[in-house]
Amino acid sequence: MTTLGHKSSMDHHLTGMSDNTVERPGERAPLVLNMDKFSQVTATVCRVSEAERAPIAWYICFTLSLGLLSVLGVCIGYLFLTGVGVWGLNNPVMWAYDITNFVFWVGIGHAGTLISAILFLFRQKWRTGINRFAEAMTIFAVICAGTFPGIHVGRVWFAYWLFPIPNQMEMWPQFRSPLLWDVFAVSTYFTVSLLFWYTGMVPDLATLRDRAKGKLQQLGYGLFALGWRGSNRHWHRYERAYLILAALSTPLVLSVHSVVSFDFATSQLPGWHTTIFPPYFVAGAIFSGFAMVVTLAVPARELFGLKDLITLRHLDNMNKVILATGCMVGYAYSMEFFIAWYSGAMYEKFAFMNRAFGQYWWAYLIMVSCNVITPQLFWFKKLRTSIPIMFVLSIIVNVGMWFERFVIIVSSLANDFLPTSWDSFTPTWVDIGTMVGAFGLFFTLFLLFCRYLPMIAMAEVKAVMPQADPHGAGAGKHGHAHH
Amino acid sequence: MATPVTTHSDTPAQAPRIHGLLAEFETPGDLMHAAAKVRDAGYRWWDCHTPFPVHGLDGAMGIKRTILPVCVFCAGATGTIAAFCLQAFTNSVGWTIWAGVWLTGYPFLISGKPAMSLPAFIPVIFELTILFSALSCVGLMFLFNGLPSLHHPLFKSNRFRRASNDRFFIVIEARDPKFLPKKTEEFLKTLDPTAIELVED
Repeated sequence: MTTLGHKSSMDHHLTGMSDNTVERPGERAPLVLNMDKFSQVTATVCRVSEAERAPIAWYICFTLSLGLLSVLGVCIGYLFLTGVGVWGLNNPVMWAYDITNFVFWVGIGHAGTLISAILFLFRQKWRTGINRFAEAMTIFAVICAGTFPGIHVGRVWFAYWLFPIPNQMEMWPQFRSPLLWDVFAVSTYFTVSLLFWYTGMVPDLATLRDRAKGKLQQLGYGLFALGWRGSNRHWHRYERAYLILAALSTPLVLSVHSVVSFDFATSQLPGWHTTIFPPYFVAGAIFSGFAMVVTLAVPARELFGLKDLITLRHLDNMNKVILATGCMVGYAYSMEFFIAWYSGAMYEKFAFMNRAFGQYWWAYLIMVSCNVITPQLFWFKKLRTSIPIMFVLSIIVNVGMWFERFVIIVSSLANDFLPTSWDSFTPTWVDIGTMVGAFGLFFTLFLLFCRYLPMIAMAEVKAVMPQADPHGAGAGKHGHAHH
Repeated sequence: MATPVTTHSDTPAQAPRIHGLLAEFETPGDLMHAAAKVRDAGYRWWDCHTPFPVHGLDGAMGIKRTILPVCVFCAGATGTIAAFCLQAFTNSVGWTIWAGVWLTGYPFLISGKPAMSLPAFIPVIFELTILFSALSCVGLMFLFNGLPSLHHPLFKSNRFRRASNDRFFIVIEARDPKFLPKKTEEFLKTLDPTAIELVED
């Protein structure tokens, strides 16, 4: 490809530069490294699903995930056959691991839509390297999340009562309950995320279809590519639709975790009944979601040779988001305490003192040290761009975020208004098995996605390369194409 | 499958039927330059095919803005009304209506709240507005694009497979009133493409 204009900026893209985290004033850092042809992007991404065999590490991880998935199957099967008594629930702790896991997974699911929708509206072009990936993660996380309310209802054969389905008893769900809002919020969120993910993937599935050698691949990718042929008249409507989806998803993603927080905030329980919950939950969700993206992106880019597309700058940016949202979460923790004291309400004051120094002090300590103290290391660029450190930190953040939900749910329930009804919660093996097993479900789906679907949004990455600009590096033999 | 252009004779409506002429370009800039000329030459049944949306190509092709956003707005408004009706019917009134089967609503009395508790209905109204909008947005986008259509004459061309990889194409279809195989080919040659190919129907 011949370049007439912007020679100096092009040089950086071509000279095998691997550290694109350096800021050069007046210049945009390259988002794609060591590639100047569109076909290189196609080849790099398609290689993963076109390879005869996956890397050996993939098989190991997949076997482990399937093992965990069967643990989930056994635990849920046992629960269905026996009843929710197999969990460590008691009166007053009637929600524990089930809802903790639900909120944990829904929270993780927030990063995908944030990256695809909000960063899209803000024209953050670096999103293109990671959005497909993060959206897939969102969908699988919401599947894990949806499992828990489904199985915790006790009589699972009546789980369809969650939906307003006409029945012979003329019985309807009660729409003034935030639990029902949750049903609508989470199922809408799942549907819209799936649409967003799939719509974004159609052009890339067409690429895989056009390159497929085997009949099965041609048929499979061909069917889901819907006959996409890159027509510009199609792209025109497609881009409009994508923009609208982003505009719809942005308030949606903020609403979903707000509605999840209403499950707690609209109750009268001290420790739950606070107005700070919706924004606090949303910040925490983005925090944990981005941490999960880093946890997955670090090994995936290593394993599948995607380091030139998911560059260090992408990871650096995500770590900055983790730092920012970590600080917001820390602010929320301290504000909760301040308001508990400032309100003068005896029960509020007790709930928060009990949270930090009561029977679950260790959980609170884990939560604060993982979520508030650890991310502060990301103030240093050296640590923010160090692969091992960010990998470990991202896992620590998610441990902390699991404990945050545990602390909120269990410590508030265990010690409420009446000391006579206080109790404590101890998980059973089924509780722990279900929690661990959900990771099996998540990773099984994610590994299948990595192996068989385009992990990076090729069309979107190509569109942000300098060569894609018809007036700049992509002007071709006509130089600047002015009209 | 595709026949090299040089071998066909210049008689229209001759078997095998022609889908159109395909011109290949190497860069988005070359494509855009050529697209503006095709537009100015007065062709109507033609298209560009690119691996990614090329910025500014809509203008170079003279594509009118889609009415998709208006349709999505209407679908969203339908969602708003549907969600309100659903909640008001099932929770606020005791009406019996016919909707395929006889349905009876139930005015729930929950902790003394009014039967028509509009503030409590807002979250579900919001969610269903988004749901209706998003479903119609994607559904109508594919519908307006004539997709899914798993078969298309262009898929017969091996060259065209690079339209989803790294090449940029202009297709002028035979059904265009200005299309004459020889003349259109001559015209396409003036656009300086890297290749021209005849695509059969």
